[in-house]
Amino acid sequence: MTTMPLADRATTVAARASELSKVYGHGETQVVALDRVSVDFRQAEFTAIMGPSGSGKSTLMHCVAGLDSFSSGSVRIGDTELGSLKDKQLTKLRRDKIGFIFQAFNLLPTLTALENITLPMDIAGRKPDKEWLNRVIGMVGLADRLSHRPTELSGGQQQRVAVARALASRPDIIFGDEPTGNLDSRSGAEVLGFLRNSVREMGQTVVMVTHDPVAAAYADRVIFLADGRIVDEMLSPTADGVLDRMKAFDAKGRTS
Amino acid sequence: MFRTALRNVLAHKARLLMTVLAVMLGVAFVSGTLVFTDTFGNAYKNKSAKSFDHVSVAIQPEGGSYNESGDDGEAKKPPRLTDALLKKTQNLPGADSAIGGVMDFTALADKDGKLVGGDWGTSGANYYPGKDGKDPRYDFTEGAAPKSAGEIALDSRTAGRTGYKVGDTVRYSTDGPVRQARISGVFDTEDGSVLAGGSLVVFDNDTAMKVLGKSQYDEIDVKAAAGTSETALKSSVEKILPKETVALSGAQLSDDQEAMIEEQTSAMSQVLLIFAGIALFVGIFIIANTFTMLVAQRTKELALMRAIGASRRQVTRSVLIEAFLVGLAAAVTGFTLGIGVAMGLESLMNSAGASLPDGPLVIAPTTIVVALVIGVVVTMLAAWLPGRRAAKIPPVAAMNSVHATPTTRGLVVRNTIGSIIVALGTVMLFMDDNYVKAGGAGVILVGVIVLTPLLSRPFIAASAPLLKPFGVTGKLSRLNAVRNPRRTASTASALMIGLTLITAMTVVATSMGSAINKMAADSLKADYTVSMANYQPLAPEIREKLDKLPDVEASSPLRPAYGELGDSYTEVSGVDEKAFGKLVSLDFTSGSLANLTGASTLVDKETADDEGLKTGDTVPVKFDDGKTAELKVAGVYEQNEMLNGLFAPLAVVDPHLSKVTDQQVMVKMKDGVSDRAEDAIVKALGDNPAIKIQDKNAINNEIAGAINLLLNMLYGLLAMAILIAVLGVINTLAMSVFERKHEIGMMRAIGLDRAKVKQMVRLEAIIISLFGAVLGIGLGLFMGWVAGDSISGTVKTYTMEIPFGRIAVFLCIAGLVGVLAAMWPARSAAKLNPLMAIKSE
Repeated sequence: MTTMPLADRATTVAARASELSKVYGHGETQVVALDRVSVDFRQAEFTAIMGPSGSGKSTLMHCVAGLDSFSSGSVRIGDTELGSLKDKQLTKLRRDKIGFIFQAFNLLPTLTALENITLPMDIAGRKPDKEWLNRVIGMVGLADRLSHRPTELSGGQQQRVAVARALASRPDIIFGDEPTGNLDSRSGAEVLGFLRNSVREMGQTVVMVTHDPVAAAYADRVIFLADGRIVDEMLSPTADGVLDRMKAFDAKGRTS
Repeated sequence: MFRTALRNVLAHKARLLMTVLAVMLGVAFVSGTLVFTDTFGNAYKNKSAKSFDHVSVAIQPEGGSYNESGDDGEAKKPPRLTDALLKKTQNLPGADSAIGGVMDFTALADKDGKLVGGDWGTSGANYYPGKDGKDPRYDFTEGAAPKSAGEIALDSRTAGRTGYKVGDTVRYSTDGPVRQARISGVFDTEDGSVLAGGSLVVFDNDTAMKVLGKSQYDEIDVKAAAGTSETALKSSVEKILPKETVALSGAQLSDDQEAMIEEQTSAMSQVLLIFAGIALFVGIFIIANTFTMLVAQRTKELALMRAIGASRRQVTRSVLIEAFLVGLAAAVTGFTLGIGVAMGLESLMNSAGASLPDGPLVIAPTTIVVALVIGVVVTMLAAWLPGRRAAKIPPVAAMNSVHATPTTRGLVVRNTIGSIIVALGTVMLFMDDNYVKAGGAGVILVGVIVLTPLLSRPFIAASAPLLKPFGVTGKLSRLNAVRNPRRTASTASALMIGLTLITAMTVVATSMGSAINKMAADSLKADYTVSMANYQPLAPEIREKLDKLPDVEASSPLRPAYGELGDSYTEVSGVDEKAFGKLVSLDFTSGSLANLTGASTLVDKETADDEGLKTGDTVPVKFDDGKTAELKVAGVYEQNEMLNGLFAPLAVVDPHLSKVTDQQVMVKMKDGVSDRAEDAIVKALGDNPAIKIQDKNAINNEIAGAINLLLNMLYGLLAMAILIAVLGVINTLAMSVFERKHEIGMMRAIGLDRAKVKQMVRLEAIIISLFGAVLGIGLGLFMGWVAGDSISGTVKTYTMEIPFGRIAVFLCIAGLVGVLAAMWPARSAAKLNPLMAIKSE
């Protein structure tokens, strides 16, 4: 698989973590979840964060997405430094600049698919951009399912609604926390395809945490985390390549 | 099984809190009522037993004491309980002493000239010194007993209330002129009327007989000498008993009194227990909600138990054991709280002026048993259905990763049952019998409770336009409110029950009040009515005096006589036929007041219809004195509560009365109601505290005051049911927030701020509360209408009035209930960390 050289695409940074640390507890029971992590997420790039359980991959995403607090270092979304923001400002930032796709509990069961998609804008009290909305809905192929409620949709369809919701408000960056974790492989492939398309065709920025090498292969770049540190990075990954790299970490983990 | 149940209870402490509180309050209400009435009854009994200390045998006229006035048209009987009889009893072998007692209404004026102790409050009695010169009934704390007509003694509580001291001069009146006397002393007494909160003044014996108009004693109390038993004394008393008198032993009197007290306190406790029952009934909805949720949350756990071999029965039993433990804990705390409630009630009543006798707190064993049984049974009863549902969870549910969503199955059955019940109630409403009608209203209430889940959808959907300004949170709160229609329904039902009762009672009371006002306004043209404060008869001189006043335009007495007209026994009121037309307005169906001259009478329509009379007929009326008068029917009029029976000229009635007295005098002034006019009347009647002078407004105010007092008491009693309903709203919201942790977390992540989360929860609470309130008020109006329908049969001026002001207040309170109930759940929802919430279990 060949991709365009990254340098040619974009150089603007959508989100940046520098010297980011997250420590739980004190003294004896102290656990370092993130250890002075520095990483840039460039605009119009699809990044996957990988690593074994407990490596800090989810924590990194949560901190960068303004969902979790951190102990030291700094996080920027665009020009905004998150460390100094209060809850209210953080909430507003998440609402206006960030899109989310979670593994589960993504949708409100009381709302229709369309209402779920426009929820962030409804919360903000903004009118959605009709043309863009239609384009997003068309892309995820939900045009004939808009008035259905989540319980009337399959798991894959539900996650497509979640993708549409994340895209609909045109955020600066979209974070996905194991977005395919609950899906069968076909539905998972669809969702990942949409995410990749949004990057390729719409210039969207996506950061996704996953433990699935196949999912990671959809990304432009994979970051490997272990013990709270970035241990490796792979551009234009393939599933096999990622799997080999993971195996290598596992082997190291077992021998060390 | 027991151990898992106990563990579960302990694990869900916080979630069971509201349930425990609800049961606790209900049990506290019940046990408080029981302890209070027991304590009160016991103290009363002790006191009254003491008041019979000096009575071994009492001689009373047949048919009870205090009942000899002879004014009611009956031929006077010769006095029996005379001084001669008293002397005879004093000299009986075995009698230590004997005293004669009289008591009757005495109006005592306070320092402002107003009547002390309300309309029935003050009694006057005699001071009968025994051998030792003391009357055992009165225990003087200050000064001395009255010795002459110019002296009077007061009971200590009245002295305290009025500020009168020994040596002060007071004005009083019985049924004659106003008298003055110097206070010679202040006493304590165990007399029943004083214990009940009344006032008592005491005269020396001769004065008492004179001013109270007695020709004999009401009662002669004989005390046995040492060594003589009550029975022995009684039989020797019986030998000298005159005709138409009876001798009662002290024990008998005491027993009678005790039985009366028992009856009164049990009537009071029954009323209180009804309201306690309502509170407990409301509590059932909360308990059922909580256990339904606990079962739903533990679906997997229960399925696992089924999978590893627990039977259905065991699952149900484990839920019931939990309910038992919760109920027991709540009952025990509720019982303790109830003792506090009882003490609170006592001081509340005392501060309201009811002055209850002191006594030790009585906690009967039955009270403890009743409290515990009620708490446990109510809780287990409410948990029974959720327990049954728990047993139906299939073992395979343990393996499913999918959340078992609450099914809408069963609502069809429920709606069908509800509709049938409502239909049945509606049919009952159209029956003729008033009891069946009332039952029908109750049946409809039950039906509506069953149907609330069905009703919740359209109602809450209808609230959408009101929620529009709140944007997406408004919409979400509306959708959340109907997500679990059963739960929303039972939460709202709890509030609905209280509000239904409150609204129905308010509607009936206000409609009744204005019906009476209207009646007074429609039928009375007189500016003032003059009567005795205790509704005893007035001397005819009063009317004569009033009629001579220059400001009086017209006046007439209402002079009651009784007689038979055909098959009807009826009141024939003597009136001044010339003035009567200016004082009342009668709605004639035929004839007129102009015909009322000479041997004639006005007849109310009902009697006329019964007897087949029409204007111009002549009818014989056989009066109580046995003589018959032939009266010409001058007119037939529509009767009402104020004006009914026959009205005849005074000249027709007077010859048939053994003693001419008036029930009241109606007065029309030349210049209408004014302070000057009232002063003139008061002065003309000698500033007599025993005479009540009321203008039209005073009559209306008196009625309105009584109605408001009653309403406020009912509001107070129903407040407990409302309070428990509030706990229910809190409970439901706390459950909603708990169940929707993930959802709320997701929304926080995608940009819903804390204030909006709070708003969302708060709006849901307000929607549920208002749903309950609107249903309750609607049903209450309906019930009020049903009740009014049967009232308007007897009270002609009754028309249903909707108290819009109060209803608005109820709605505001319901809204406020929502806001308050949401406070804690909203706070905990806002505190939810988006991360904790979106992380999978």
